[in-house]
Amino acid sequence: MAPAQRNSNSPLSDGPDWTFSLLEQYEAQIDRVAKLYRLDIYPNQIEIITAEQMMDAYASIGMPINYSHWSFGKKFIASEQSYKRGQMGLAYEIVINSDPCIAYLMEENTITMQALVIAHACYGHNSFFKGNYLFKTWTDASSIIDYLVFAKKFVSDCEEKYGVEDVEKIMDSCHALMNYGVDRYKRPSKISLTEERARQADRAEYLQSQVNDLWRTLPQSHQAKSVAAEHFPSEPQENILYFIEKKAPLLEPWQRELIRVVRKVSQYFYPQKQTQVMNEGWACFWHYHILQHLYDDGLVSDSFMFEFLHSHTSVVAQPEYNSPYYSGINPYALGFAMFMDIKRMCTEPTAEDYAAMPDIAGKDWLDTVHFAMQNFKDESFISQFLSPKVMRDFKLFAVRDDSDKDYVEVAAIHDEQGYQRVRETLSAQYNLSNLEPNIQIYQVDARGDRSLTLRYVPQNGIPLASSTQQVLKHLHRLWGFDVKLEQANADGTISTLARCPSDFTDSR
Amino acid sequence: MAHFIDRRLNNKGKSTVNRQRFLRRYKDQIKRSVADAVSERSVTDVEHGEHITIPTRDVSEPVFHTAPGGICEQVHPGNDQFVSGDQIARPPKGGDGGQGCGDASDTGNGEDEFSFQISKDEYLDLLFDDLALPNLRKTQQKQMVQYETYRSGHQTDGVPSNLDIVRSLKGSVARRIALTAGKKRQIKQLEATIQGFIDDPHDHPIEIAALREEIDSLRSRIKRVPFIDIFDLRFKHYAKRPIPTSKAVMFCLMDVSGSMDQATKAIAKRFYILLYLFLTRNYKDVEVVYIRHHTQAKEVDEQEFFYSQETGGTIVSSALKLMLEIVKSRYDAQEWNVYAAQASDGDNWADDSPNCRKLLTEALLPVTRYFAYIEITQRQHQSLWREYTQIQDTQANFAMRHINSEADIFPTFRALFKSQQKGEYDGASAA
Repeated sequence: MAPAQRNSNSPLSDGPDWTFSLLEQYEAQIDRVAKLYRLDIYPNQIEIITAEQMMDAYASIGMPINYSHWSFGKKFIASEQSYKRGQMGLAYEIVINSDPCIAYLMEENTITMQALVIAHACYGHNSFFKGNYLFKTWTDASSIIDYLVFAKKFVSDCEEKYGVEDVEKIMDSCHALMNYGVDRYKRPSKISLTEERARQADRAEYLQSQVNDLWRTLPQSHQAKSVAAEHFPSEPQENILYFIEKKAPLLEPWQRELIRVVRKVSQYFYPQKQTQVMNEGWACFWHYHILQHLYDDGLVSDSFMFEFLHSHTSVVAQPEYNSPYYSGINPYALGFAMFMDIKRMCTEPTAEDYAAMPDIAGKDWLDTVHFAMQNFKDESFISQFLSPKVMRDFKLFAVRDDSDKDYVEVAAIHDEQGYQRVRETLSAQYNLSNLEPNIQIYQVDARGDRSLTLRYVPQNGIPLASSTQQVLKHLHRLWGFDVKLEQANADGTISTLARCPSDFTDSR
Repeated sequence: MAHFIDRRLNNKGKSTVNRQRFLRRYKDQIKRSVADAVSERSVTDVEHGEHITIPTRDVSEPVFHTAPGGICEQVHPGNDQFVSGDQIARPPKGGDGGQGCGDASDTGNGEDEFSFQISKDEYLDLLFDDLALPNLRKTQQKQMVQYETYRSGHQTDGVPSNLDIVRSLKGSVARRIALTAGKKRQIKQLEATIQGFIDDPHDHPIEIAALREEIDSLRSRIKRVPFIDIFDLRFKHYAKRPIPTSKAVMFCLMDVSGSMDQATKAIAKRFYILLYLFLTRNYKDVEVVYIRHHTQAKEVDEQEFFYSQETGGTIVSSALKLMLEIVKSRYDAQEWNVYAAQASDGDNWADDSPNCRKLLTEALLPVTRYFAYIEITQRQHQSLWREYTQIQDTQANFAMRHINSEADIFPTFRALFKSQQKGEYDGASAA
């Protein structure tokens, strides 16, 4: 597959300055190589932007267009501040899961960096967006920009109609519950911009009628009695925002639509949160291979390679636990190492690999990495492909921290007895349902005071943080009636954690 | 195939709206920070932006997340000494232990202040927020005495110098076409008929002669249509419209007698700077006139005003007289909004103070939008203060304040210009 012999092509200019024609030449070569490796991508739309525009992009969570909200302003100010003080370098690129795939390149990059970024974002990430099952299932690349155009227009229309402040209040509340606005099991339907606009009005009307219906006391008293005992909702609801949108009694149609906007955006980012390691690992794996391939073809110069390798190695570096730079596992490093290791297990399998990963060892490496990219998320990817070799290379060790004891304990290390445990622990670390507290809508007192009860089921006795009361205030604003948060304790008892309004004074 | 787009020339301020929303939302906290900053830094820095600090908890967005506690297992890289079963003292929070289990906070915790920079304009907005220029609205309503002439179409009557030749000739052409087209068409038809008779093998002399005659009469009627007529004429029309005055002059009056030391002058200077900045926000052009005085008054430039040292006694009325002269000769009250700020340590030749009061109430205040007097002293008030107090009671556009130290400058300034609820002021209409 990979032609290994060095060709005597005359190398492309290595800059350091870039020009559009040079970019096109590099892009064409990268495209050629990517096809050899069967990278299936959305068409690329590569946009050159300035540092300031990059900060704009940061602020609006990377999207080229988004509705207005003060929190984006805060993000902008924060990133502007730390950039100016030199605490933070800007990313070389941002890439958006859309069709065509939009990638931002910074104008300050050298041609080497631009080529690296094109290979990384426009071919690595892009093919991941197109191929990975989570993205295929949960997001619709062709409609996201359309949807955001719709959302921006809708939000600003609402602001005009109902006032910036009222809209902001709803958005604040929605943002507080954004992580609980995701359907984990149902697939969202595809809608284009025009359809979205057309449907919105119908939906608003229909919804309102449904809600009114829901709360109507039925005239026949015997019927009322028979349903009074019924539990509503019949099953706990994990998508809190969805439940509110559909069932909150007092919201106006436009407020429901705003909730829907936040929910949609949240849903769109849901796969990204779960594929950090894989996505970055995949992109690094491919920029590394593509540029190596170009070098083998004699298309890029030695100095190009030195600059590329310098920045590549610093991206995939993993500081050790006792380093001052350590801030958890670097997803780039772990992902890159794992994909490289999958390739190694295919091309140079050892006896250990045959024992540990019999399905992979000795197979066609290109098929295998594509399979791995397409069918896993971080959690399952790690539990499936984290080989003992990578664990040894990273010198991984699991630490168990039980707040009842005054010490922490090393639960497992990178040895024969520990591989399994380390792998499981690391995998669980990327399990989104472990990261986000398990809080679901448990009950609505539909026949009584309409109060809403949430239930928190703690894992391993981990408590909720103090921000809970604040979030409940937001939930109360949306729901319009009393809101209660309970905790299901390990011994089967239920205790009330917080309630709103108990001291509901500040509306912010 | 990729598509390259150069976005570098696109609008930069994509986040401006969001940024402004942020500032608006946290206006109260930011204003507090601005007010703190003013008392600390030198007022001459007012030209720059300001560094704003807000407690992080105020700007945080709450989400459900877990707190440390319970049982939590984490994987770390770089094991260099541990074997399984090792018990380690719990590392200090935020150290090499990494983040707690499932802590969803995305920004680095530990920082308890959210700080950022605001621009000069934003700073001034906040600084002068809810301050109003006294009597400004009134000025704009009543002072529409300046007119500008502007073209407003054409009219049929006017002086010859306003004649619009092109327009008039266009009218003439149109009229001639309108009046002659029908006749010309007839002539053409008649000529065609004549040609028909000529081409006919038979002779038709009589018909031809009759037709020729008809043509001639038509031609003569066409000729009688005048080349230019009185109602072709179009004259340019000019109309006048009033423009509100947007010019202001600020008089800085200062006592430079021996009793005023450099520190006192510095305080006065800061006050003047604030006033100047404030005026520039309301008027397009602000001129500044510096008048310093001891026993005599003199108009000087800024450098001399603040930094040259003089000695001698103090006669305040000399400065007021000079100001009045300058206003009369250069700043017509119809056209200019006159503001004055007088700074003094309160020293005055006792006999002169009643003079000052008279001058102010009778001559100066009627032509002045606002006259602010600040007394910078730590001693007892003297005759000037007492006389001025009387003015303050009767005249709405006169204000006075006492400044002890530098820290008083901004509060004093705010107090002077805080939304004028003093009732109607009629000084301007008297002018």
